[in-house]
Amino acid sequence: MSLLDKIRSPGFWRRVRAMLVKEFIQLRRDRVSFAMIVMIPVMQLVLFGYAINTTPRNLPTAVLLQETSDVGRTILAAIERTGYFRITHRLTSTEEFDRVLASGQVLFAIEIPAGFERALRRGERPALLVAADATDPVASGTALGALNRVAQLALINERMLPDQSEPLFEFRQHARYNPAGVSSLNIVPGLVGTILTMTMLIFTALSVTREVERGTLESLLSMPISPLEIMIGKIIPYIIVGFVQASLIIGFGVLLFGVPILGSLLLLALLSTLFIATNLSIGYSFSTVAENQLQAIQMTFMFFLPNLLLSGFMFPFAGMPAWARWIGEALPLTHYLRIVRSIMLKGASFSDLQYDVFVLFVLMLVAMTIAVTRFRRTLD
Amino acid sequence: MAKASDLAIDVKGLTKSFDGRVVVRDLSMQVKRGSIYGFLGPNGSGKTTTIRLLCGLLTPDSGEGTCLGYDIRTQAGEIKNHVGYMTQRFSLYQDLSVRENLEFVARIYGLDAPVRSARGMIERLGLQGREEQLAAQLSGGWKQRLALGACTLPSPQLLLLDEPTAGVDPKARREFWNEIHALANEGLTVLVSTHYMDEAERCHEIAYIAYGELLTHGTVEQVVDQSRLVTYNVSGEDLHTLLQQLDGKSGIDMVAPFGASLHVSGRDEKKLEAAIKPYRGDRRFVWTRSEPSLEDVFIELMNRSKDNFQ
Ligand SMILES: Nc1ncnc2c1ncn2[C@@H]1O[C@H](COP(=O)(O)OP(=O)(O)OP(=O)(O)O)[C@@H](O)[C@H]1O
Ligand SMILES: [Mg+2]
Repeated sequence: MSLLDKIRSPGFWRRVRAMLVKEFIQLRRDRVSFAMIVMIPVMQLVLFGYAINTTPRNLPTAVLLQETSDVGRTILAAIERTGYFRITHRLTSTEEFDRVLASGQVLFAIEIPAGFERALRRGERPALLVAADATDPVASGTALGALNRVAQLALINERMLPDQSEPLFEFRQHARYNPAGVSSLNIVPGLVGTILTMTMLIFTALSVTREVERGTLESLLSMPISPLEIMIGKIIPYIIVGFVQASLIIGFGVLLFGVPILGSLLLLALLSTLFIATNLSIGYSFSTVAENQLQAIQMTFMFFLPNLLLSGFMFPFAGMPAWARWIGEALPLTHYLRIVRSIMLKGASFSDLQYDVFVLFVLMLVAMTIAVTRFRRTLD
Repeated sequence: MAKASDLAIDVKGLTKSFDGRVVVRDLSMQVKRGSIYGFLGPNGSGKTTTIRLLCGLLTPDSGEGTCLGYDIRTQAGEIKNHVGYMTQRFSLYQDLSVRENLEFVARIYGLDAPVRSARGMIERLGLQGREEQLAAQLSGGWKQRLALGACTLPSPQLLLLDEPTAGVDPKARREFWNEIHALANEGLTVLVSTHYMDEAERCHEIAYIAYGELLTHGTVEQVVDQSRLVTYNVSGEDLHTLLQQLDGKSGIDMVAPFGASLHVSGRDEKKLEAAIKPYRGDRRFVWTRSEPSLEDVFIELMNRSKDNFQ
C-alpha cells in the first residue's frame, strides 16, 4: 500500500488524533519535560549569549614598550579607556611577550617598537604590533576592531598629529591560534538551531523507548493503529513545542542582543518548522532502533556532537577540511544555520535557500522511512 | 470435533523459540465460541507467549491457525480489531486518568462517541468518582478492572486475559469473574490464564501447559479423569513423618499436605497400593480413597513433564 493510500485509509487521521491528544496530556503532566521546553532555551541563550556575545570587558593585556615616549603612553591610555583592555603585564623582552600569550595569562600583547614616535612624526607609518589569543575569536574580534580606531584618534586629538587620509601607523594584527574569527552576530541564530536540535532529538528519541520500558507498547501494538499513525501522532505535538521554543529563542535574541531579522519572518517560521520536523523524525528513528532510554540518549548525543562541531556553529564551515564538510552537509543543523543566518542577517529569500531546504526535506524523509520500517509491529 | 466457524481459536503446531530456546512447542488449541477457556501452567511455561502468538503480537516459528477465522500470520490487523488483550503487566498509561485512558482506546478503535462510550464504561466498571484519577494512583484491583474495561470497550469478540486477577483480593476476584461470566453470556469468548485452581473450576474448559507443551485439556472432570491418578486421603497424627517416609518411594508419584490431611497419589494403582501397604495397618492413620483434586493433577503433570525434559 502506498503512503498516500495509507493516509487516505479510513480512520487514519482519527487515530493520529487519538495519539496526539494522548501525547499532549502526557507532556502536560510531565513537569520535567515541560520545564525543559522553556528552561533550556532561556538558560542556554542567557548563558551562551551573555558569556560569548556581549562586549567583552577588562581583557588582560600585556604591553612591551621598546621606547618611552608620550605617543606610547597616549596610545596605552586610550586603549585602557575603551574598557575592553586592562593592562596587567608590563614586559621587557620579546621572549616574555610570547610566553604570557602562550600560557594564557593575557589575551592580548601590544608591542610599541623602538623609534615609534620618531617614525610617526616623520610620517613613515611605523608598525604597532598587537598579538591576540584568538582561541576565543568572538572575544578577541570585537576588542581588536576597537583598538585600531581608538589609538589613531587618540594620537590625532591629544598629540596634535596631522589628521591625514592615510593612517598614522600601520596596525599590525596577529591573531594567534585561530586565524578565522567568527562574527558575534552569528551566535544567536546559531543558538536557535543548536537548542532546537538538542531538545527535539531528546523528546522523540525517548518516545518509543519509554513505551517499551513502561510496558505500554504491548497494549498499543495489540490495538489497530499503524506505525505511521503512531509516528505522526507522536511527532506533531513536538512540532508545536519546537515552534514555541524557536519563537522564545528568536524573541529573546532580538530583545536582549539586538539581533536583526532582515528577511521574512514567515519564511523563517516555515523553514524552522521543517527543521524541527526533521530533527523530530531523526530522534524518533533513534527511538525505534534503541532498546532502552539510555541507549536512545547515547545515540542522541552521538548525533548531536557532530552537529555541534561540524555544522559551522563552532567553527566556520568553509574553513573545515573537505571530509568534515562532507559530513557537515549530511547534518540538518548545517543547513538550518545557513537558512537562519541568511534570513536573519542577510535578508535571504526562499530562492536563495532552495538547496538547503531540499536537503532538510530529504533528511526528514529518510529518517521517517527508517523509523516506520524499523518500528516493531510485534514483540519478537 | 466442532465446526471451524464454531471455533474462536483454532491453531495447530505453534512453535516459538527465543534465542534458540524453545518456549512454546508444537502447541495446538481449539476454543469454542462463547466459552470460557482457562489456561494454566507454572511460571515460565509459555502462557503469555502463547497468548501473544494468538493475537499477532509474536510471529510463530512454525505452525498455523486462525483466531476468529483470521489467519494469525497474515491477518493480524483484522485480529486486532476484534480481540481485546489484557496484558499480564498493567499496560495502560499510568500518567493518564481513567477517563483519558478509556477515551484513548475508544478513539483508536474508532467508536462513534468516544467520550460517551468511555463514560458508559466508567459506570459499568463502577469507577464513578475516580474517572479523573491517574491510573498510577489506582489500587491493584481497580487497575485490573480498568484494564478489563479498556479491552472490552471496543466490543471485541474474543478476550485474551493474561493472569487478570493476580494479586487481587478475593472479593474483587469474585466480582471480576462474575463480570467475565456475564460477558461470556453475551457471546464473548474468553481465554484466561491463571494460577488459581478455584478460577480454573469456573472455566468451561481448561488447558494445562508446562515447559511450552500443552499437556492436557478438556473440562475439569475430563482433565481429572484423563490423569488416571489414584489418590488417597490420609488423616491422623504425625502426618509429617509419614510424608517424609512416603516421598520418593516407587509407585508414589506425589505426596502433598492438604490442610489437616495428606494426599498420596500414584498413576499406577497396583504399585501405589503396594507402596502404601506397610502403612495402612498403622492405627494412627485413616486412609480413604478419594478423587484427586485439580491441583494434584497439575502438580503431578508438572513433575512428570519435568522428568521428561531433564
Ligand atoms: N521476548 C522474549 N525474549 C526472550 N525470552 C522470552 C521472551 N518472552 C518470554 N521469554 C521466555 O519464555 C519463557 C516463557 O515465558 P512466558 O512469559 O510465556 O511464561 P508464562 O507462562 O506467561 O509465565 P508466568 O506465569 O510467569 O507469567 C520464559 O522462560 C521467558 O523467560
Ligand atoms: Mg505470563
